[in-house]
Amino acid sequence: MEKNLNLNLKVWRQKNADDKGKFEEYKVNDISTDMSFLEMFDVLNSQLITEDKDPIAFDHDCREGICGSCSMHINGRPHGPKHAVTTCQLHMRSFNDGDTIVVEPWRAAPFPVIKDLVVNRSAFDRIISAGGFISINTGNAQDANAIPIPKDDADEAFAAAACIGCGACVAACKNASAMLFVSAKVSQFALLPQGQPERHQRVSEMVAQMDLEGFGACTNTGACSAECPKGISLTHIARMNRDYIAASFAANEK
Amino acid sequence: MNWVIKMFSSSLGQKFIMALTGLFLCSFLIVHMIGNLQLFKADDGLAFNTYAVFMTTNPLIKLTSYLLYFSILFHAVKGILLVVKNNKARPVKYAVQNGSANSHWTSRSMGILGTIILVFIIVHMKNFWFEYKFGHEIGYTSYYTNLATGETGSKEMSADYTQFNKIEEGMTADEKGQYRLVIVKDLYKAVALQFKEWYLVALYVLCMFAVAFHLYHGFQSAFQTLGLNHSKYNGLIKFLGIWIYSILLPAGFAAMPLFFFFK
Amino acid sequence: MTSKLNSKIPEGNLEQKWTKYRSTVPLVNPANKRSLEIIIVGSGLAGASAAASLAELGYKVKVFCFQDSARRAHSIAAQGGINAAKNYQNDGDSTYRLFYDTIKGGDYRSREANVYRLAEVSTNIIDQSVASGVPFAREYGGLLSNRSFGGTQVQRTFYAAGQTGQQLLLGAYSGLQRQVGTGNVKMYARHEMLDVVTIDGKCRGIIARDLTNGKLERHFGHAVLLCTGGYGNVFFLSTNAMGSNVTAAWKAHKKGAMFANPCFTQIHPTCIPVSGDHQSKLTLMSESLRNDGRIWVPAKKEDALALREGRIKPNDIREEDRDYYLERRYPAFGNLVPRDVASRAAKERCDAGYGVNKTGEAVYLDFAFNTIRYGKIEANKKGINNPTDEQIVAMGKAVVKEKYGNLFDMYEQITGVNPYDQPMMIYPAVHYTMGGLWVDYNLMTNIPGLYALGEANFSDHGANRLGASALMQGLADGYFVIPYTIGAYLSNEIMTKAISTDHEAFVEAEKNVQGTIDRLLSIKGTKTVDYYHKKLGLIIWNQCGMARSEAGLKEAIANVQALREEFWSNVKVPGDANSLNPELEKAGRVADFLELGELMCKDALDREESCGGHFREEHQTEEGEALRNDEDYKYVAAWEYFAGTNWELHKEELIYDNIKIAQRSYK
Repeated sequence: MEKNLNLNLKVWRQKNADDKGKFEEYKVNDISTDMSFLEMFDVLNSQLITEDKDPIAFDHDCREGICGSCSMHINGRPHGPKHAVTTCQLHMRSFNDGDTIVVEPWRAAPFPVIKDLVVNRSAFDRIISAGGFISINTGNAQDANAIPIPKDDADEAFAAAACIGCGACVAACKNASAMLFVSAKVSQFALLPQGQPERHQRVSEMVAQMDLEGFGACTNTGACSAECPKGISLTHIARMNRDYIAASFAANEK
Repeated sequence: MNWVIKMFSSSLGQKFIMALTGLFLCSFLIVHMIGNLQLFKADDGLAFNTYAVFMTTNPLIKLTSYLLYFSILFHAVKGILLVVKNNKARPVKYAVQNGSANSHWTSRSMGILGTIILVFIIVHMKNFWFEYKFGHEIGYTSYYTNLATGETGSKEMSADYTQFNKIEEGMTADEKGQYRLVIVKDLYKAVALQFKEWYLVALYVLCMFAVAFHLYHGFQSAFQTLGLNHSKYNGLIKFLGIWIYSILLPAGFAAMPLFFFFK
Repeated sequence: MTSKLNSKIPEGNLEQKWTKYRSTVPLVNPANKRSLEIIIVGSGLAGASAAASLAELGYKVKVFCFQDSARRAHSIAAQGGINAAKNYQNDGDSTYRLFYDTIKGGDYRSREANVYRLAEVSTNIIDQSVASGVPFAREYGGLLSNRSFGGTQVQRTFYAAGQTGQQLLLGAYSGLQRQVGTGNVKMYARHEMLDVVTIDGKCRGIIARDLTNGKLERHFGHAVLLCTGGYGNVFFLSTNAMGSNVTAAWKAHKKGAMFANPCFTQIHPTCIPVSGDHQSKLTLMSESLRNDGRIWVPAKKEDALALREGRIKPNDIREEDRDYYLERRYPAFGNLVPRDVASRAAKERCDAGYGVNKTGEAVYLDFAFNTIRYGKIEANKKGINNPTDEQIVAMGKAVVKEKYGNLFDMYEQITGVNPYDQPMMIYPAVHYTMGGLWVDYNLMTNIPGLYALGEANFSDHGANRLGASALMQGLADGYFVIPYTIGAYLSNEIMTKAISTDHEAFVEAEKNVQGTIDRLLSIKGTKTVDYYHKKLGLIIWNQCGMARSEAGLKEAIANVQALREEFWSNVKVPGDANSLNPELEKAGRVADFLELGELMCKDALDREESCGGHFREEHQTEEGEALRNDEDYKYVAAWEYFAGTNWELHKEELIYDNIKIAQRSYK
């Protein structure tokens, strides 16, 4: 049932990339448990505007858990305390009256802070540009049913493709490793017949770009998968490891 | 060879070597355990000491041991470098991080557990391996086995006794019958003596906890890194990782110093 | 037809128009393509697919999006599926049938030629998407699976669980990123387009603002493609993303591009009902749920009252006391009537006092019936002869979970109620806008060189869009239409050298943009941007939502004008223009909505008929169905903007040579 909460917030404030940044404390009252976490932030922001203070910048867009924009590290966990949800789908019924909630931006060298809780995740786009695609020009395709794909493979590819690119995996990993994100794309295409021609090249180039961006190495803690709002599995990382080894030993370059 | 450098300098390649060396060290632990079980044999150390000679003289084993030393060094150095690199990937730390919500503490503590193990290995090798190979503290013991009854007796050689080979074998006889005589460097005694020191025993036992926790994550993790993750076999790997590597082996190793301490 | 509107529909048979046109449209040779620059605003299905396809052809492309990555465009949130006339199910589908369903679904207010082309290329989209690695749902035999959607009687909808839009967008996005990698596309994320630049009547570029540092930038292009989506956020509460806006289209409109059928907005019948004032957006529950769910309200008012007060639970109401009103009113299509019909029917029941949640504005979408049906099928499959009721329900739930798991989870997340045990509560909400910039057959607006693709244009859905057709149109426009039709214009532009952005038109446009920003920041009033946005939303929802009337619309126009005036004198925009300032971005967008809102009401007032999503209370049949007036209103209403907020109406007559128009019936 709906209740109202009074909460203490400790939020990271940082004017821009060069600013050092610090925590600020805020109080919000009468927060309905039916609100989403971001709607609670809307309330806080309108409070700040009324008080002539700078509202808190945070990334958000679809607010239905699919665009991957929202990116808050809440009480020590990406997207907060609930399993398999994004911040925008986290509702206030997950909190109790009087709670203190600490909110930080994603922390990783390749995700520099732009302002407050907003970080730059363009490293992910560059990794996709390095090889996260099937090189097929528009108009070249054959009939969609020409190649049957076993349902299990299609389902597994879909499970990998469900990644929303929010970066929670990087945020959760103690090494700020992007392996889950990269492997989800590698794995999706590795499972599909359409992805085979570029399979080896793809994994090599995406891993190279991932390293170049400055993400840490994977130590298989599993934090990424545990915090992934879409529950992307560690099996994709294993598949990428396998493919990477195969690509390194089998590729034709010298 | 460009591709080799490229591969092994990538984050995946480095992890790949960590996994390979780690698994090699895991396989060594089994051998080490089997050999060391002879410490429990009630023969005043004859079997153990003979085994020690075998392990340090057999050319094949010698070769493997170089690989082992390399693996230990590589695993340790690379591990430390990776920790440093991984730390750099997050220059600004979180004020609050609730790691226990999403991962096991052992997986997040491999660096520190590994460092403890490294310190342990240094102490361990200094005490036994170095002393045995290069030191002058370890004396010789002669073992004589009655060929008729199979009874074995032993006698420490005098402190200034020395021989060219680590082991000398021969036959001798007295009124009770014929004996096989073995004079060998007595590592067993060194072990027995050292493990009378409570602090060393405590260190060993504690370090075995570090080994247990390191391998609790490490063994399974190596398979994941090598890409060996399959729903059919994950259970087996997990089972081996937990029962063999984080319970039986460390417990067995810890039992050795305790055995001598309370003996 | 006014001379200003030339739809440029090719001559010839309907079936031959596109094939013939595309074979005769002028080409640009590869060497010339390299020196032609195309600006694409928006990176959703239309924008991303157009960018990838045009870059593959060799054009120099710049893509702008306000999100932090092209992958976040709101196409990503489309759930249910994408239509294509593949006839894989052997159930009688064809290009003609898809064409016919779309025209009929749109209540005979769309262009035949455009819609036929859409139906024709629909099959190529599926091929293209599969080839680029989109993991559509498949059957055990390895072939593609289909589901049914509203307004049709065939199964032609391809899907990827409840995340079809995501998968299609990521497919198009990967094609786009591939071109970014090769350098053929330059990507400008976190950039918002704030004006189009016209020189000698042709569109020659845009003014964009780098949102991270507030810098205004001038970009030249031989052509500009607006792929900026719809304007549903004028209602404040909608299923659109928070950032979805009309600004790009509106700025183009104010520079002379006509805005067509602004009053044609789609209210989607199955959304999670509003729970309180705090609500920032509404969440859709996919239309595909209507495949397996049955919609009902209590047949007795006292039951509805008891439900609202929490005295009884929905499952306490006996079968004979439930009113499956869609099945009752439309036996042929039942729960699968088109969206406008389903939405109005829900509103009708709730207005009559049968609504079920505490606000009285919700109906049930119940899966119990099909859960049991699926459970029985599973029991048969597994050879269980006498399954208990519990077994049947458990197995049925597992099937439902596989089909709609993510949607059910989302529902539970938002409402805190488990939809496997209790029926979902749903209510209509704003979802899509059929209206948009007027475009000709080439997708070009009346400003030469300025194009509009996807939801941003008005072209294919008439007065009501069928489910699973938005994804189809976005990708059709981007992958298979614009790469051909843009040649008609650019082939004449090969001699045009890149125009310096120091040109006075660029300077002037930038000055105007800067002026608006400065003005917004200088008001320093007392009310937040959201305050005005919510007020505007309420006015439009109440008077220009599911039902409209002359009196209501006139009142709404006056209210919007007054609100706009207040906004410009009392809005409070914090911060400055030189850094990331989300409030400033929002203020600019709401300022545009405050003008669009008026035009929507004006258009709705002008259209003295009911058709599709536009329901004028004065024009209905005795049974409460929409009553069209083909005699007087069989046209596209294209509005031309004049300084202040003044508009002139231009009409593009709709001609139906291939379809006999009739009263739409789903009974």
